[in-house]
Amino acid sequence: MTVYLPIAELSVNIFIILGMGAAVGFLSGMFGVGGGFLITPLLIFYNIPPVVAVATGANQVVASSISGAITHFRRGTLDMKLGCVLLVGGLAGATAGVWVFSWLRRVGQLDLFISILYVVLLSTIGALMLQESLRALRRARNNEQLPLKRPGQHNWVHRLPLKMRFKKSKIYLSAIPVVALGFGIGVLTSIMGVGGGFIMVPAMIYLLRIPTSVVVGTSLFQIIFVTAYTTMVQAATNYSVDIVLATILMVAGVIGAQYGVRVGQKLRGEQLRALLALLVLAVGIRLAIDLIVTPEEIYSVAVGGLSY
Amino acid sequence: MRRLIRTLLLVPLLGLAAPALAQVPMGEASTVKEGLEIGTSTSEIAIASDFRGADLTIFGALTNADELFLAIGQYDVVVTLEGPRDYATVRRKERVFGIWMNTESMTFEQVPESYSLASTRQIDSIDEAPSLNNIGVGIAHMPLNPVGYISDSGSIREFRDAYRRLKLANGLYQRDTSGVQFVSSSLFRASLKLPANIPDGIHMVRAYLFKGGQLIAQRELPLRVVKTGIEQAITDAAHERPFAYGFLCVLIAVVTGWGASLLFRKD
Repeated sequence: MTVYLPIAELSVNIFIILGMGAAVGFLSGMFGVGGGFLITPLLIFYNIPPVVAVATGANQVVASSISGAITHFRRGTLDMKLGCVLLVGGLAGATAGVWVFSWLRRVGQLDLFISILYVVLLSTIGALMLQESLRALRRARNNEQLPLKRPGQHNWVHRLPLKMRFKKSKIYLSAIPVVALGFGIGVLTSIMGVGGGFIMVPAMIYLLRIPTSVVVGTSLFQIIFVTAYTTMVQAATNYSVDIVLATILMVAGVIGAQYGVRVGQKLRGEQLRALLALLVLAVGIRLAIDLIVTPEEIYSVAVGGLSY
Repeated sequence: MRRLIRTLLLVPLLGLAAPALAQVPMGEASTVKEGLEIGTSTSEIAIASDFRGADLTIFGALTNADELFLAIGQYDVVVTLEGPRDYATVRRKERVFGIWMNTESMTFEQVPESYSLASTRQIDSIDEAPSLNNIGVGIAHMPLNPVGYISDSGSIREFRDAYRRLKLANGLYQRDTSGVQFVSSSLFRASLKLPANIPDGIHMVRAYLFKGGQLIAQRELPLRVVKTGIEQAITDAAHERPFAYGFLCVLIAVVTGWGASLLFRKD
């Protein structure tokens, strides 16, 4: 059964889109990630224009992050104040990102830029995750103990001015790195259509030394608002959010996520992370191949507007 | 006295055309200018979202046609359907540090987004290239003027060729060199192909009459293409009320996410 996507302007098989949404939802539930960094490349592989894939990906992340955020809010593992400071940076970053996005589109380099960003990000993160999980697996096999971490240790980040007290997280921290982190994630949200949790969570833990208990809830809080804002701005400036595509993906995604969570609880963490790392690497490599292989047609036509 | 035949249906035309011709005696036709009339059955085409392409039939008639020229097939008709005009940018990829990226681009002024042509025979055998270029008839002859000054004429040709090739490949430009057929000595029927991805807006039907390789008459008719259905309503909403549209997208996401967390709650 085919369904016509009015914004992407092409007919697709509804079952493939449903399957994509469910699979990414399943993985995002299993690994506790938003899934934006998987759904956007998959849509591009399925010939959805990157402009639409990115904007619709951001919309899909809103849905997949909301139930997690609600859970964390109920449990009280969400630092509202920290989340709001992150959000200030995030909204500014998303605005700047959409501006860059529109400019790249005008000069005809958007598709390339999205692909390169994905290749760099996915291969770096995939390699780091794989390395870490393989080390953990080896350690588990040899029954070694984890080296003790000393979370009290301070780094350069903690010497910055403009310090604020975040009661819930029990830390006293400069607002500058928090806003900067939010800004960077906001830019990625609007250019790549990702929530950015896979960068934000490690950055909050290792760089800002925020207690792990509040990190996930707080990052989800910021992701919801930044992705919702990005969806609105993309819809208003680039007219690139496909409501039909987004709805199919979201419905399949949230259902898939529920089953993913159940399976994820039964598997071991290190194996799970190694699997995710391999998946992330595979997507990155596939995108890299598309950049290098000689295209069948080196010309392309874009209609409308004067552009150089 | 010229008798205008302006009707849409073939059957009454057949009846009218014969006496019209009878009034022009042989040999006198050279003093009377030939005329061309065309008609479509509608001035508006509504296209549903499941549109997979169709044929548009246009009827026309020659008036004051010379029997002799008709008999030896010296009259040729070309009918085109031109879509709304807009700028079009063609980009070329090149390998830069191992990666294929768009490097050069060229923007053409106000070219039709879609173009469908039907003719009695190959248009290049109807008239010579320079005069076809002059009137801009045919995919190979329509004016493609680059914006700004470009000194390299070789690259202009390459970009023009690429533009035509891509437009033909995605079906927006089509030609059918046997699409115009005479159903009687002076009546013709043109079948124009409407591509599945036809743009909406005001299209122009243009008919050209050639006599012995000379353009002698020309007619045009506007034709509005309107897309209908839920998908078009969504596209319109996205472009005309972008904030409301974006808000609706976010709202659907919130409802879906929240709904799922309520639906699958264990406690």
